[in-house]
Amino acid sequence: MNLAEYKGVYVFAQQVDNVLNGIAFELIGKGKDLAEALGTEVTAVLVGSDVKGLADELAAYGADKVIVIDDPELKEYRTEPYAHALASMIEKYKPEIFLVGATAIGRDLGPRVSARVHTGLTADCTQLEIGDFPINPIPGREQKHNQLLMTRPAFGGNTIATIACPEFRPQMATVRPGVMQKRSKVEGAKANIEEFNPGFTPDHKYVEILDIVKSVTETVDIMDAKILVSGGRGVGSAENFKLLEDLAEVLGGTVSCSRAVVDAGWMSKDYQVGQTGKTVRPNLYFAVGISGAIQHLAGMEESDVIIAINKDETAPIFDVADYGIVGDLNKILPALTEKLKTEMAAK
Amino acid sequence: MKIVVCIKQVPDTKGGVKFNPDGTLDRAAMMTIMNPDDKAGLEAALRLKDADPDNTEVTVLTMGLPKAEDVLREALAMGADKGVLVTDRVLGGADTWATSQTLAGALRNLEYDLIITGRQAIDGDTAQVGPQISEHLDIPVISYAQNLKIEGDSVVVERQFDDRYHVLKAKMPCLVTALAELNEPRYMTPGGIFDACDAEITVWGRADLKDVEDSNLGLKGSPTQIAKASDKVRKGAGEKVTLDTAEAVDYIVGKLKDKHVI
Repeated sequence: MNLAEYKGVYVFAQQVDNVLNGIAFELIGKGKDLAEALGTEVTAVLVGSDVKGLADELAAYGADKVIVIDDPELKEYRTEPYAHALASMIEKYKPEIFLVGATAIGRDLGPRVSARVHTGLTADCTQLEIGDFPINPIPGREQKHNQLLMTRPAFGGNTIATIACPEFRPQMATVRPGVMQKRSKVEGAKANIEEFNPGFTPDHKYVEILDIVKSVTETVDIMDAKILVSGGRGVGSAENFKLLEDLAEVLGGTVSCSRAVVDAGWMSKDYQVGQTGKTVRPNLYFAVGISGAIQHLAGMEESDVIIAINKDETAPIFDVADYGIVGDLNKILPALTEKLKTEMAAK
Repeated sequence: MKIVVCIKQVPDTKGGVKFNPDGTLDRAAMMTIMNPDDKAGLEAALRLKDADPDNTEVTVLTMGLPKAEDVLREALAMGADKGVLVTDRVLGGADTWATSQTLAGALRNLEYDLIITGRQAIDGDTAQVGPQISEHLDIPVISYAQNLKIEGDSVVVERQFDDRYHVLKAKMPCLVTALAELNEPRYMTPGGIFDACDAEITVWGRADLKDVEDSNLGLKGSPTQIAKASDKVRKGAGEKVTLDTAEAVDYIVGKLKDKHVI
């Protein structure tokens, strides 16, 4: 493998039903930072059927180039044709870095592609930067420059590791959704498109889709919310979430929850924050009756401002809260909502 | 039908994480368990065996230190037929590429129609080894299985996505990765535990792996390398106040104004 042949930052622009996933824009945003550090460009790779029309949106968020792999076999996501599309793209274009979202699709596709092209893959990264490997020079050992340093949590969020892939290309990472910042949209941007089709011949690795069952509930994506009012077991009941809804409404926020609430059946998993739920980083995160298990903290501790209300003064949530109030949520929430209504009305 | 279930012995991060006085993770004090997603995968295999006991054989395969034998005995006590431990110093320090190469090398010496792995292990959380094994063996993969059944020479799997699931059909041999939500694993039986204590575990080393080059094994065969590892430094605690309701409300409203939320 001639490492010097591999150039440019590439990102997988995930779409489902011809709608781009927000992770595509986040990867372009982070890709731009990395590309600037390397003096190169960001290429978005769009895979699907009749998806060319989405390319301009990728350009609007900063993609310098868009490779479109369009084929009827790619209409619905299936591991094999998508892995073939991306592995063939890597062979032809030789990217230095290739980023994929750590979504249910990306975490299936990434390993299969990395195994096919024989390179390393770092899962669920929360931080990416260009730097040296080894980080500090070691006598008698070459220190490589301009390496992708990929940082990820492990042990359920208890430890953090920074990984490099110095001898193989592309350097591949799946990136946790909701962590990287997208750039502001440039309206009217036109994509620089390159079409590529490696040919798709169904073989024994193609699985058959018998049915697609969509969940029927209309859900608000908590990852997009600027303000989250999040409840835990301490809220006490599904009915009592009304207190949180009222507060969220007056603040223009959204209600979310901890795993205990999902396990109790009070809210659906779509609203769960944490290691096994979603990673959020809103401007304001209210943690109400949430004790703060380490898996929950892993999903919300990057929030700009965290306000915790809990009756247990030893609750671990207070270790990450900017402002912690030891008290009874059943009294504080209604009073706070009323006070905020008055404040808003006075404006 | 021959089913091989890949399982891993992991520290129990969910049952209470232990810290040293200096705030680092106390690994020695943590219990080891069978990885939960793997256990669901094993349970799925055992249910297929329950349905057709005379024609189904369940083998459990693990890679690890010699003490990983314990997790194989637990699987045998639950009802698995055979256990294979792959252990060798040259296999240590493996990333997901080298781990999947090792397990694929062992699987080439086993008969299988269906391979089941857990979606991910709770220590690494990568979800990579299952799909990578399938690539090395050139068989189809269906990951994130929330339901699994056999239809003739195929498996039919409900595969979970964010807002939907796909019902997928793949011809065997194939690999399925299981979610812990797939089922409620059974307990070991007293008779099973008794038998498992005496059961012979097959132990394989590097030489027993088929069609794998040394350059793909262990630390040296791992494309990814650790640049830095640390126990996570958490954001420091801010203010903590105990106030009556009216004061608490004024306190919060004041902070929201400071932060320009309102």
